[in-house]
Amino acid sequence: MRNRFPIWKQIITYITLIVLSGIFSIPFFWLVTTSFKTDQNISLWPPQIIPKPFTFQHYKAAVGTIPFGLYLVNTLVICALAVVGTVISSSLVAYGLSRIKWKGRDALFMIVLSTMMLPYQVVMVPLFAVYTKLGWVDTYLPLTVPAFLGNAFFIFLLRQFFMTVPHDLTEAAKLDGCNEFQVFRKVIVPLAKPALATVGLFTFINTWNDFLGPLIYLFDESHYTLSLGLQMFLGQYGNYFGRLMAASTLVVLPIIILFFFTQKTFIQGITMSGIKG
Amino acid sequence: MTKKQRLTHKKVSHARRADLRNGLLFSSPVIIGLLLFTVYPVGASLYYSFCNYTGLKPPTWVGMANYHRLLTDPLVTKSLANTAVFAAFSVPLGVAVAFWLALLLNQKVRGMALFRTLFYLPSIVPTVATSVLWLWVLNPQYGILPGILRGIGVYSLFHMFGIPEPGWMADPMWAKPALILMSLWGAGGSMIIFLAGLQDVPQDLFDAAEVDGATTLHRTIHITLPFMSPYIFFSIVMGLIGAAQYFTQAYVMTGGQGGPVNSTLFYAMYLFQNAFHFFKMGYACAMAWFLFLVILAATIIVFKSSARFVYYQGDAK
Repeated sequence: MRNRFPIWKQIITYITLIVLSGIFSIPFFWLVTTSFKTDQNISLWPPQIIPKPFTFQHYKAAVGTIPFGLYLVNTLVICALAVVGTVISSSLVAYGLSRIKWKGRDALFMIVLSTMMLPYQVVMVPLFAVYTKLGWVDTYLPLTVPAFLGNAFFIFLLRQFFMTVPHDLTEAAKLDGCNEFQVFRKVIVPLAKPALATVGLFTFINTWNDFLGPLIYLFDESHYTLSLGLQMFLGQYGNYFGRLMAASTLVVLPIIILFFFTQKTFIQGITMSGIKG
Repeated sequence: MTKKQRLTHKKVSHARRADLRNGLLFSSPVIIGLLLFTVYPVGASLYYSFCNYTGLKPPTWVGMANYHRLLTDPLVTKSLANTAVFAAFSVPLGVAVAFWLALLLNQKVRGMALFRTLFYLPSIVPTVATSVLWLWVLNPQYGILPGILRGIGVYSLFHMFGIPEPGWMADPMWAKPALILMSLWGAGGSMIIFLAGLQDVPQDLFDAAEVDGATTLHRTIHITLPFMSPYIFFSIVMGLIGAAQYFTQAYVMTGGQGGPVNSTLFYAMYLFQNAFHFFKMGYACAMAWFLFLVILAATIIVFKSSARFVYYQGDAK
């Protein structure tokens, strides 16, 4: 096939891409290099590309001032519960809204969809009041229990996916004596693994990155998540940029590593769903 | 009805009842969730919006007072204006940048996966970390962005025209532009969606147009843009809804204050302050309902106008 793009156009495209990706990478470069610079060298201009001397003092200071390990465990506990809850509940509901025919199904689906239009701010105050009454404030329950009751967006996503599974497959399983739950468990779930992985991954990222939820519901510093801890750290050490960048790097790094291991699921997931991370 | 017919009829209705039971059973999490986390709070929120409610004592009915106050509260006006300015710049600029990146990456370039990753990564970085990082990027004295702008002579230009050097997040005039710039760093999310959409643009139309002597620009405007319009439309709607609720970045970067001089006091932030700093929870609910109406109105307007510029493949027009 003839190449559609003449060589000079390709060169311009490459130069543009290199310049733009350079610009997009500057903040990362700034984040990482600052975290390894000594306090005197942080304010140097032109900045050192490779920190000299190379120091870990800010990482030591950051881990020493915020209980990083504790916040990591807290965040992971919340993330794990949210992922398990969302994947199980959303897939069950998506099955009920796509593979079984029943009166009121489509109406319920429309209601579920329409809740996505509602800004969180509308329900924020009453939910806080309810959780206060239940004694759930300053626990992880408000951040995890709702995950077990389905997420409208992921229900929508999984329903789309489940509808593409041929009916012959599920009918055959039923003839073999499977009940509805066994069909779900043995036919649909294995086929939907990529979609379920996407749901799990996005729930993990969203929960890891969540700030408003922990800000409203967590009070005791020992219950904080990484995001909330980082914000508190900023309040206390607003001008210690070496330390702040070290702490931020530690919060960002797990997400970047996760991205590199799950890139395919990621890109497919967004393409499939049209969501932004 | 014969006996046989009656039996099958019985079987069918039995199966139907089983389906109804199973359907409800499978959907029960979301039914419970809707009742607990939507129906009840929506009703309660509407009720609270007509009440004086501090969260400590039971709410007391005050009628339309919260809504009246909303109309005369100068900080509501200010925060609405801030939010509108942010949305008016960050949404279209974000879509434009994302579209541009997607067009560049769609040219079958070598190393496409690497470029895609570099553009996409910022959009998944935890928001609090992004905010902390950008405070340092934008630091007026030592930040890298002011450093680069100074280095390439942009600040000299400013001096020539008598414009004072921007103080970015410490400067009421430049704090919003700083946040808008920061939001563009996250354009990679929409870029991936556009990149997926670009796969559906039919190649034969391009080839035909090229034979007819159309330039790249012409082909982009007359072929790519119409085919991509549903994706652009989707991004604009989602972007507007997100911008209307813009909160975390401004909250983190200003310590929850919305400074300097309320230049970054966005609507969702003022609402949060009323609810959890001032404990004016009834007022916060009224503000939330107003926000809902604004989002609803904006979405309807965009939807209505979309009929004119959104092209759906397979539509008989």
